[in-house]
Amino acid sequence: MQDSTITSPTKGSQKKFVFGGILIIAAIILLIITNTRAGAQYFLTVDEIKERQEEITGKDIRVSGAVLGDTIEYDTENLIIKFEVAHVPGDNKEIDAQGGLAMVLHQAVINPDANRIFVVYEGVMPDLLQNEAQAIMTGKIGEDGIFYASELLLKCPTKYEEAVPEQSANS
Amino acid sequence: MLPNLGYGSLVITLIVSIYAIVSAVIGERKNLYKYVESARLALLLTFPLLTLTVISIVILLVNQNYEVQYVFNVTSSTMPTYLKVTALWGGQSGSLVFWAWLMAAFGSAVTLRKWDRDHDLLPWVIIVSSVTLAFFLIMIIAFENPFIRFWTLPSGGELVAMFAPAGSQLIHPFDGRGLNPLLRHPGMVIHPPMLYLGFVSFVIPYAFGMAALITGRSDDRWIRLTRRWTLVAWMFLSIGLILGSRWAYDVLGWGGYWAWDPVENAAFMPWLSGTAFLHSVMIQEKRGLFKRWNMILVIFTYSLVIFGTFLTRSGVLSSVHAFAQSAIGPMFFIYIGVSFIISLAFLIKRWDDLRSEGVMTSLLSRESLFLINNLLFIGILVVVFWGTVYPLISELFTGQKVTVGPPFYNSTTGPLFAGLLLLMGIAPLSAWGHSTWKTLGKALWIPATGSLTLLVVLFISGIRSIGALIGLTVASLAAFVTIYEFWRGMKARHNRSGENYLVALWKLTARNRRRYGGYVIHLSVVFMAIGIIGIELFQTETQGRIAPGESLSLAGYTVTFKNLAEFDVADGRNVARAVLSISKDGKDLGELYPRRDFYYDSQQPMTIPGVRSTIEDDLYVILVNWEQISSRGATFKVFHNPLINWLWYGGILLVIGSFIAAWPDPEKEIELAPSRIMKKETGRLVSKP
Repeated sequence: MQDSTITSPTKGSQKKFVFGGILIIAAIILLIITNTRAGAQYFLTVDEIKERQEEITGKDIRVSGAVLGDTIEYDTENLIIKFEVAHVPGDNKEIDAQGGLAMVLHQAVINPDANRIFVVYEGVMPDLLQNEAQAIMTGKIGEDGIFYASELLLKCPTKYEEAVPEQSANS
Repeated sequence: MLPNLGYGSLVITLIVSIYAIVSAVIGERKNLYKYVESARLALLLTFPLLTLTVISIVILLVNQNYEVQYVFNVTSSTMPTYLKVTALWGGQSGSLVFWAWLMAAFGSAVTLRKWDRDHDLLPWVIIVSSVTLAFFLIMIIAFENPFIRFWTLPSGGELVAMFAPAGSQLIHPFDGRGLNPLLRHPGMVIHPPMLYLGFVSFVIPYAFGMAALITGRSDDRWIRLTRRWTLVAWMFLSIGLILGSRWAYDVLGWGGYWAWDPVENAAFMPWLSGTAFLHSVMIQEKRGLFKRWNMILVIFTYSLVIFGTFLTRSGVLSSVHAFAQSAIGPMFFIYIGVSFIISLAFLIKRWDDLRSEGVMTSLLSRESLFLINNLLFIGILVVVFWGTVYPLISELFTGQKVTVGPPFYNSTTGPLFAGLLLLMGIAPLSAWGHSTWKTLGKALWIPATGSLTLLVVLFISGIRSIGALIGLTVASLAAFVTIYEFWRGMKARHNRSGENYLVALWKLTARNRRRYGGYVIHLSVVFMAIGIIGIELFQTETQGRIAPGESLSLAGYTVTFKNLAEFDVADGRNVARAVLSISKDGKDLGELYPRRDFYYDSQQPMTIPGVRSTIEDDLYVILVNWEQISSRGATFKVFHNPLINWLWYGGILLVIGSFIAAWPDPEKEIELAPSRIMKKETGRLVSKP
């Protein structure tokens, strides 16, 4: 009770702070919501892309796959990299259940029945783009079913168990 | 038997730290000072004990004892000694030991201060520090022991274990795997330790905050006691972040410095809440407001520090820094949850005691602007947190993993950062308690005119990017106001005492280090903002394959390919190094040497750019590819990064400002305690059960 007698004369003047605060918080929330909508990228596996190709054509998506080393083509004149990736599970638990990331990547590459997609990436050849690397790519699926990557992240779990390096190549 | 020694002292440290917790609890409950003193000495002992562990690891690393799994994983014989030493924090278990070691160091350092007036806080500070330390030690001993070794069993099988299984023999691998090439950089010497120093030293303000909360002291004593700690923690974290950016810029070879990667975010989040805390404690000191809020901020900062360590360890999010997945992830998660809930429970218990001692009346008062500052910092924190955990949240609720990339962060935090810069321009001119547009306008109009003039100049010179125009205008306002503040103070001193301007400036700063150190930090932020605006909004690039004698052009620069050589280096690298001559508007500017290092031990290449740095811009060239016969040409990617160096200069200025603000001045300490606090303290001491 003591509380209200002290603060009540000034309650009115506190309103503007509450109002101003709410205004700022609302603006921040609005910013987050609109930008999340605009910037959201679906994280899909190669299998999911194959399943839902029509629905997702032209949308921003993120996909991870095992790099097939033999398929890497590098046009050094125009800096265009083409390669294929094979399906790897997106779920960490599933990866663990199958013997860890290195094993999963290796199996994906040697399994001829695994779903694969073509990837085209314009940019500098990343140091880690090699056979059985995990590629995490951002971009769009074209009408032709090719994945046009605008960003390419790579992980090679076979070399390092402790500090797994990754390298980002933004373009 | 170094591994046994190191392991042994790890285990003893754990026992000692648990003893410290128990003894401090007993001492506090029964009000027996000797138990508290015993706990204090125990905490003091953890530092030399863990130092023994750290020395053991370092000797094993330097002596190439590859039979130890950790040494095998992070070093190889071709690595220079300094990198072998830094491999201490190059892998998971070593870096956890390093973390714990710093915790022991800071915990010990705190117990060494004079506790005469704050005896009631001491047991709780010991308990919070020791609990944190014990948690890390348990993680290390149970899950990430750096001393486990390779053994062959009599049956011929192999395994890793701490102690020799019956009849087994040690395996001595010929060479180790070697540190990840990305980490073989002088930055490795200093970036991780700085970040860890920042992380760990934020535990201390939290420990004091908790101590104040638990003992029911509602005054600002805990804030005054930890002001310097917080500032130094904040400085280390800032240095860590800036060095990390610089390293990425130097080594990762994509022309950038910050990628909103989860681990970068993890280090950035405690920085954000810590910065908000640094500001809002001033309101509690001056006006007795925001007591609850400051507690919330310090609890958040502690949780975010542990969360940051957790993110890098757990493998829940993919990242540049991702460590292997480990069993300690869930443990960290539980620890964060439990410590957070306990902290909040204490806060709720003391909620009424932490009532503000006054109210805010004026929207333009300093405290009101500080409140907005805090809202913006926390707003940015929420944005970063949201973006970081969004893949997890979306998967949980929709079964679909959805991520947000750098564009999300840039467009969401951009306006908030601009708001902060604007506040940095206005708040220093506003008065505590009460301010009006009239008084504020009187102080503000000169700097504001300068900024608007700059806006017009920028517009006329052809800049049309809204972000750049707004950003540079508000940044310049902050700079002008800060310089104007220095000028006003300096001139007043000069007029009053007749000191010459430089002496006046020196004495002005020396007499109120906290304030003017803060202003120097503000200036450093303006520098960094200019650098960030430069590279984010005006970066240009080109690429192409050129034969010797041919050139690429970008932003007035001409890059001419001269030749390329491949050779082996003694530390186990094959280097392909191009020689380029650089000219601008026909003027020769020397040569650049972008190169590609190939590490034999890890079979991994690494791209090192050639960079020409000036205050206005960087010319940043990457060697992308080359023909075996070098006369046929090589491919280069060239970036033009305007103003980027302001970011690094800003970093240096930030350190200088932090030193000014944190420099100890013994006389101040006494006058810092107003009578209001003294009364409460004595009251509290008497009523202590």
